[in-house]
Amino acid sequence: MAHRPVLRRAKLAVTGIAALGITTLGITSGASGESLIDSHEFSGSVTVENRWFPKTAAIPEQKDFGVSLVAAPELYLESADGTSLTLEGFYRYDSSDSGRNHADLRKAYLLFVGQIEDQEWELRLGVDRVFWGVAESRHLVDIVNQTDLVENPSEEVKLGQPMAHLTLSGDWGAAELFALPYHRLRTFPGRHGRLRSAFVVDNDRVMYESGAEEWHFDVAARYSHSVGLFDVGLSVFDGTSREPNLQPAFPLCALDPGACVLVPLYEQIRQYGLDAQMTYEAWLLKLEAIRRMGARNALAEEEDYTAFVAGGEYTFYSVFDTDIDLGFLAEWNRDSRQMRATNIFQNDIFAAVRLAFNDFASTDLLVGILEDVDTRSRSFNAQFNRRLSDSLTLNVEATFFHNIAADDAAYSTRRDNFINIGLTYSF
Amino acid sequence: MERVITQKHRGRCSLTLLTLFAACMNFLAAGSPAVAQDPSPEARGLEIALEARKRGEGFGNLVSQLTMVLRTAKGQESTRQMRLKTLEVANAGDKTLFVFDQPRDVSGTAFLVHSHRDKPDDLWIFLPALNRVKRISSANQSGSFMGSEFAYEDITTQEIEKFTHKYLRDEPCGDLACTVSERTPVGEDSGYSRQLVWHDKKEYRPWRVEYYDRRNELLKTLTLTDYELHLDRYWYAGEQTMVNHLTGKSTLLKSSEVQLQADLNERDFTRTGLRRAR
Repeated sequence: MAHRPVLRRAKLAVTGIAALGITTLGITSGASGESLIDSHEFSGSVTVENRWFPKTAAIPEQKDFGVSLVAAPELYLESADGTSLTLEGFYRYDSSDSGRNHADLRKAYLLFVGQIEDQEWELRLGVDRVFWGVAESRHLVDIVNQTDLVENPSEEVKLGQPMAHLTLSGDWGAAELFALPYHRLRTFPGRHGRLRSAFVVDNDRVMYESGAEEWHFDVAARYSHSVGLFDVGLSVFDGTSREPNLQPAFPLCALDPGACVLVPLYEQIRQYGLDAQMTYEAWLLKLEAIRRMGARNALAEEEDYTAFVAGGEYTFYSVFDTDIDLGFLAEWNRDSRQMRATNIFQNDIFAAVRLAFNDFASTDLLVGILEDVDTRSRSFNAQFNRRLSDSLTLNVEATFFHNIAADDAAYSTRRDNFINIGLTYSF
Repeated sequence: MERVITQKHRGRCSLTLLTLFAACMNFLAAGSPAVAQDPSPEARGLEIALEARKRGEGFGNLVSQLTMVLRTAKGQESTRQMRLKTLEVANAGDKTLFVFDQPRDVSGTAFLVHSHRDKPDDLWIFLPALNRVKRISSANQSGSFMGSEFAYEDITTQEIEKFTHKYLRDEPCGDLACTVSERTPVGEDSGYSRQLVWHDKKEYRPWRVEYYDRRNELLKTLTLTDYELHLDRYWYAGEQTMVNHLTGKSTLLKSSEVQLQADLNERDFTRTGLRRAR
């Protein structure tokens, strides 16, 4: 697969967007005879992380300890008429896993806003990140951006996605249309990395169902509205799946099992999504559901399926005569494919406690458990954040796996308990 | 936030509402020793609140830079900076947008509040790290706003309809003559049993607010100073200091670069607008 030249082309395209952006801002302001750019802001963060895996690895070549350096600079330019350009880069260097070394353009888009009578329109052209959904344990309906999996096994971090994104909004809600001309590959840990499948995923062998490969033109649309207690979103996506089906490379794995790798296969899918939240007093009740067609299951057979995550959270504010808020979260994840599901969420309960201290340091702590109802596999996760000074923050994350069953999708990570300590300098 | 805008007194008594008419009568009466039949303390309290609101009406929208200086009892300080945008909605609750600049780790985080007169406010937060707009509960009225001594209910627009009002007494405040009114929250979400508000009689600006907790003990005192006149009509407090009497902590809230009737409209205060707030 001609992977690297494609990356170069994508980079050229992005450079083009940036150049076009600056030119557009220039022309816009040139006409009014004022300075080129009305306002600009440079900001960002630098993070040092230590990630330690207390248990010896399941696979000898996997490492137990890694140090990472992460940089995320951002530049924002705005012209006098409100048109703006946002550029946000990302780079991670990791000492233990070359699979985690990567650079990404998170955002590089031009934003235009206008009004037609009572309706507002907004157009974003370039690379951006889009979030859909309401749930905490899993982002089920969220599909526009590819997952930057090496960042966090939670699948919460996303890669930048080239797009044209048009939003129309009014009293009737917001309608959004997405044109997605290029597909990004999911990132995977390398040979020395932890939190991976038994065989590494080789992105250079990527396969697409579509003959257009990564240049298949994907489309998506979403309607959302907020009425009283309810915030509701309906979405549809048609195009290249963001979730690859992983298959052993053939004939490599048959000839030389020691050199076996997994090949990501990206199918053409259609997904309908629903996300809804009811906010009543201190209750948040949430539902996300999808219907996906055209994807293969864990047995590599095509199977249409339905999945949902439903639950909620309740917060006790200012408990015990302190400023501390104590929140309880519970969510149930279900997938109609059951044990044929391609992820760990086929029948899983998530329960968590969140403490927000509301102090100077914005200290917060989230402790959660995800339990597989079918296999009794469990994982515990704790996240702690605290501000150390006006520009320095500490975050600690720990994940522990317990009793991971051999038939659970997370079996290969059973020995990958980890503690990640990060120190972030923001500017 | 304490209704910081209040309209400068102009040629008066063109008001049509019965209550406001009563307020006008009262206003006239205040100058003369022969006071006619006094309205009840409740009616008078409501009149004062309505008059204070009326004087703030018509500002259209507002943009300002807010600096919060948080102080502990031991004198440790921490600073927060944010931009405030408020849209006045005629005969309904205001819409407010806060965008944080400092501390840097929360830079870009924004809150959108749609205040309502007859039901709990709607509240959304934008989290830039995930590009996520999240509807959050507004039941946390008594919770601390960004670790400061201001609660959410102190910092968002407090609609008159969410209290019962009662005039207590006249009292000098500094060089000015003030009225002291009591307002009692109607809803259960408030952390307060009641508040006492000092308004000056001339311009109906709030100068001092005392907050009593649910056990009816004095919890906090807000002092408003450095009033500035904008557009020759609206008074805006340049500094507000909230002192917590139980903890000894305090927060100074400074407003600067105040601009009324800026280039803002409804679309800056939607969920889509929140997504591009910065």
